[in-house]
Amino acid sequence: MGLFDIMGPVMIGPSSSHTAGAARLARLVRHLIGDDIRRVTMYLHGSFAATYRGHGTDKALLAGILDMPPWDERLRDSFALAEQAGIEYEFIPTDLGEDYHPNTVKFVAETSQGQRHTVIGASIGGGQVLIREIDSLQVRFTGERPIIICRHQDHPGVISGITTLLYEARINIGNMNVDRDRGREDHTAQMYIEIDSMPPEGLEHHIRAIPGILNAIILLPVQE
Amino acid sequence: MTANDCLARCRETGCTLGALSIRMEQEAGTSLPDILSRLDDMLRVMEAEAENALRAPVYSVSGLTGGDGYLYENYRKEGHSLLGEIPALATAYALSASETNAAMGRIVACPTAGSCGIVPACVLSVSRARKIDREKVLEALACAGLLGMLIDEHASLAGAQGGCQAECGSASAMAAAAIVEMMGGTPEQAFHAGAIAIKNMLGLVCDPVAGLVEIPCIKRNVGGVSVALSAADMALAGVTSRIPFDDAVDAMNRVGKALPSALRETALGGLATTESGKEMRKKVFG
Repeated sequence: MGLFDIMGPVMIGPSSSHTAGAARLARLVRHLIGDDIRRVTMYLHGSFAATYRGHGTDKALLAGILDMPPWDERLRDSFALAEQAGIEYEFIPTDLGEDYHPNTVKFVAETSQGQRHTVIGASIGGGQVLIREIDSLQVRFTGERPIIICRHQDHPGVISGITTLLYEARINIGNMNVDRDRGREDHTAQMYIEIDSMPPEGLEHHIRAIPGILNAIILLPVQE
Repeated sequence: MTANDCLARCRETGCTLGALSIRMEQEAGTSLPDILSRLDDMLRVMEAEAENALRAPVYSVSGLTGGDGYLYENYRKEGHSLLGEIPALATAYALSASETNAAMGRIVACPTAGSCGIVPACVLSVSRARKIDREKVLEALACAGLLGMLIDEHASLAGAQGGCQAECGSASAMAAAAIVEMMGGTPEQAFHAGAIAIKNMLGLVCDPVAGLVEIPCIKRNVGGVSVALSAADMALAGVTSRIPFDDAVDAMNRVGKALPSALRETALGGLATTESGKEMRKKVFG
């Protein structure tokens, strides 16, 4: 813990986990899905389900979807601002089960093109957040370090193609997960890699050029 | 890192705790101008939150609380307060900051949102009444942060883990040391002030009505301010804490662990489960 972990963050009250963390979490979701969200349903789990109204968790979540940082004073007016922006929203208290942190939200968002994305994440205390699942891929994305997400053909050599590129750029891997797409006929898998330093320009393009890679995106840390 | 380690480093270089805290942040890779500008941004937010709920009544989102800062400020300005200039000003500032937090206004969590009024109230009331240079005030904030880091390392800053002593108690210790630093006290005196504050907040439970950061949090911030001011004043007079800071933090850690979960931010005990507390919960959540 450094000085600014103790003093700070500057935030909209009343709760670092239920308000500031909620705004940060939803803002990460916004950055994952893009600025084209037209409709979002937020399923609130655990403590969020029980107390979201009193802590303004709902307003904070919607503010994050509108790309507001946790210290933006417009946060408490986010319902009206979302309507102005033409974003439909809904909050549904739910029970996701015991495996989830008490302050978890499942976001189901639709873009204007009709694409549907599901992201599950939690506000884990002191304003810190953790995204656990992006479109059924298990991840651990905190928004502090870049991550690479890709779909690839499930055969040998594809992953080493990526790690070789990272090695050549002298980038260290902090965390990674590979998961086969079960129930699909086309033998594909999904992977996420958290890296310790910023990717060089063009890395996403080079990863996509690796034989067997079907799609790849790099998510950068959210600047606050 | 312990208070003793910090004191040894201060003695080596003849620096204050605030200067040491800033140096440690530099050693961790942040440049001095960046550190000072972040502290200055924080101080600006503190200045705004400390007065925001004094000019007009500010009410919480739940509707359970609000308007007390305004009420107190009018009483203070009319000259009725029994307290001296600094404690009365600090009381008003603490109410304002905490009410601003409950009303979804902008605040600095220090160390937490629920205890956000204590450090600004103490630092601003003393620095304004005694005309302390802004640079010195920024160092005092860094000093407060250093005590927070020590408590975080050896106990906890979270009500859910250590009860209110971890939040308002820690804030009170941080504020007491910051006051000593601003008034030109020694690093030893700053830690004595912090230790005295912790001793006086030891065992305080976290029992928020309806689980919201309002009752009793807002007025407990004022309690934390009173404790911090008297602890700093004693330390500046040369009074020492017979229990040193590191030991006081150790006690706080063990007391926190001994607190039942009902008294650690679960809203299952204490004031939260009184008749009036339960009624208010029903009013907000049905």
